[in-house]
Amino acid sequence: MSTLSMCQTQLGGFSFENCKRNAVLETEVTKVGCRMPAARKTGTTIVGVVFKDGLVLGADTRATEGMIVADKNCSKIHYISPNIYCCGAGTAADTEMTTQIISSNLELHSLSTGRLPRVATANRMLKQMLFRYQGHIGAALVLGGMDCNGPHLYSIYPHGSTDKLPYVTMGSGSLAAMAVFEDRYKQDMEEEDAKRLVRDAIAAGIFNDLGSGSNIDLCVITKGRVDYLRPHDMANKKGVRTGNYKYKRGTTGVLTKAVTKLDLEVVEETIQTMDTS
Amino acid sequence: MGQHIGAYGVQDTLRSGFSSVKNELLPSHALELSEKNFQLNQDKMNFSTLRNIQGLHAPLKLQMEYRAARQIQRLPFLQSSHLALDTLKGNDESISFEDILNDPAQSEMVGEPHIMVEYKLGLM
Repeated sequence: MSTLSMCQTQLGGFSFENCKRNAVLETEVTKVGCRMPAARKTGTTIVGVVFKDGLVLGADTRATEGMIVADKNCSKIHYISPNIYCCGAGTAADTEMTTQIISSNLELHSLSTGRLPRVATANRMLKQMLFRYQGHIGAALVLGGMDCNGPHLYSIYPHGSTDKLPYVTMGSGSLAAMAVFEDRYKQDMEEEDAKRLVRDAIAAGIFNDLGSGSNIDLCVITKGRVDYLRPHDMANKKGVRTGNYKYKRGTTGVLTKAVTKLDLEVVEETIQTMDTS
Repeated sequence: MGQHIGAYGVQDTLRSGFSSVKNELLPSHALELSEKNFQLNQDKMNFSTLRNIQGLHAPLKLQMEYRAARQIQRLPFLQSSHLALDTLKGNDESISFEDILNDPAQSEMVGEPHIMVEYKLGLM
């Protein structure tokens, strides 16, 4: 009764067992008229720009799931190493896992060489992994960092191609952000000018693209210093309600009032903070 | 890729769809075949490059060491650490999806011991 696959040891990694079942389910579901659940994407505007002594990475903070905003304040600038950070667009889980794996590998590599990791190493590792999976891992990344050779900025596409440029944009809002860059980018800018340029580019993406929104996060990387500004600018604050539909006390007349005291004792008191942004 | 034999010994329609010749021959995902042979292809490529650069002795020596290290393991149905093999291949300094997803040590199904040992010894 056991098939040949039972005799061999199981390998780790991706398992394609359920692909046929998923294909069958998808055809059945579309016949009925429903839709399969969509993966959470990051819609997004992510940008990077090189200035005189370093580079600035910027990202918006909206995560979408189909037509719904899944997370109003997600963090899209991921840590790779103390001198290298990476912004991720595309499927949220893919960017998260890819950057974490590359960060671990780079840490092991740098412990083995005994030196600070270089941006070209991270780029090569990411490129080889994404090409291996032929674009099925939907991660479009903007990788930037400062190493012994100066500041470097790379854009990495889901199929594994990379570009090394002084300014890059990725994501659904990339065209709006690139328009701002093409207009105002200059070589060897000062840090404040670069931060303002990135802030304006992300704002262009936020206000003109449905997939991007909420706040603007910035990450400034210079030699020996990284400023992770989250949030740098709250472009979209939730409004305050001007009208109140509640009835005032005394609108309905009170006929009788009876007070019953309940004897309760406090057994345990815990505080749990919630992210109510 | 064989059909999944479900309960009662019949074809498991829910998990692997209707049984047809096309279903059995074609891979279920574009990456299935390339992932199954990825490690083999990488090794082949590396050995042939090594042979071109350093001569035949280099891959021969390495493959002899791999063969020796591969023999240091428990019986097939038990989990072995493959420590020597991993160190030789350089896998002890990298993490990839093979280490995170579907870890064989955490698998919920255990192989049939007798059949697995017979298969390994070539008696099947």
